[in-house]
Amino acid sequence: MKTLSTEILVIGGGAAGLSAAAEAAAAGAKVLVAESDLHLGGQLVKQTHKFFGSKDEYAGTRGFKIADILLSEIDSCKENVEIHTNTTITGFYSEDGTFTAMRGEEKYFHIKAKKTIVATGAQERLIPFPNNDLPGVYGAGAVQTLMNVYGVVPGKRVLMVGAGNIGLIVSYQLMQAGVEVAAVVEAAPRVGGYWVHAAKIRRMGVPILLRHSIRKAVGDQVITGAYITALNDRFEPEGEETYVDCDVICIAVGLSPTTEILSQAGCKMMYVPQLCGLVARRDRTMKTSNPDFFTAGDASGIEEASAAMVEGRIAGLSAAADLGYPTEHGKLDEYWGRLQALRSGEAGARICQGLECVLVNRWEDVSDD
Amino acid sequence: MTMEKEHPGSEEIYVCRCEEVTLEEIRTWIDRGYDTVEELKRVLRVGMGPCQGRGCQDILMRELAKKTGKPITEIEPATVRPPAKPIKIGLLAEEDEE
Repeated sequence: MKTLSTEILVIGGGAAGLSAAAEAAAAGAKVLVAESDLHLGGQLVKQTHKFFGSKDEYAGTRGFKIADILLSEIDSCKENVEIHTNTTITGFYSEDGTFTAMRGEEKYFHIKAKKTIVATGAQERLIPFPNNDLPGVYGAGAVQTLMNVYGVVPGKRVLMVGAGNIGLIVSYQLMQAGVEVAAVVEAAPRVGGYWVHAAKIRRMGVPILLRHSIRKAVGDQVITGAYITALNDRFEPEGEETYVDCDVICIAVGLSPTTEILSQAGCKMMYVPQLCGLVARRDRTMKTSNPDFFTAGDASGIEEASAAMVEGRIAGLSAAADLGYPTEHGKLDEYWGRLQALRSGEAGARICQGLECVLVNRWEDVSDD
Repeated sequence: MTMEKEHPGSEEIYVCRCEEVTLEEIRTWIDRGYDTVEELKRVLRVGMGPCQGRGCQDILMRELAKKTGKPITEIEPATVRPPAKPIKIGLLAEEDEE
């Protein structure tokens, strides 16, 4: 069977993966990027809004333009980069250090790599409620892909569950696409996303109901409505249920890191609520307990794309350095400075708390259990 | 797996859509002492469908934390085995011919 060989395998061609590939290739390393989607860019390609964050991470630029910037950076050292789209890494077998990969559903092959950067991103979190299996219940990210990548609207009237940035931004984009948003419900006593996004949809007359959640979906073959309810301090339903007329229920209650390959590679994993799930322990170079594996982006903890790009750069830089490629002195510290700046806000404090649990100073000091 | 409904009148809530496992079934089996992800996987096939638990493991772990009173950080997730995505058996067979 065909085996591809590379120095650095980057799994995932999104914000983190592309940054990692650009950084490693610029240092001189041979890089292979495997992306399961048909095109590169990951979540960036559907971000039609302008980014916040800092200038180094393209604040003020729309997400899909940032993907273009990263791609042209990679193009400038293309002799070092091999790109495989529509290609999923399906497994890692530690006995012989081989990855299995599948292109579409037609080609199956092996990949060998000296170093691997796992930038597999995240998956949408779901919540259980009656009739949650009816057509018309979507993840908010899925709706964003449907609209902004494929130009398809999901329905006519949406109930949005979750007032984090994804819930707020997708609500606004639904309205831009001519879809009505009946309400946004949020279980927490406060809006989780940026105030400016919340203000935008409030100005358009959409109610944001705090301490509220979906109680059940209603419909026979498809969604025709939903019941929502107020929650008490213990997040239990309290009081009357209110009927909401809608044909789409959008779930925006957060993401969890996608980490299968890291687990298969034997990396020490840890469940960290602040990072939204199971993530690999890592040192300052984004290296995991398996010295040939690095983690970056949402796969290493849910955060914004700006931070994912910097983490990708750190992982790319470190993997190249480990292979003996000369890298600029002080670059690692510079990137950490950028991360610190991005994490200086309120949301960042939570991330830093989570990082304190997973970040390792010296692997020698970590016990084996 | 078929089982009697022990909480009549409750509404069906699917936790694992691939294998059609409901929240009620999960709660019942946790009450019977199957209080780890691995055990529930074996009795209910929860998390063993095409998505390999991507949609349900998180809900399952939260439910286990709630029922056992342990923090979610102490709930052991399921062992991860390849493949991460379904592969046609024909593809694997072709591979052996070479």
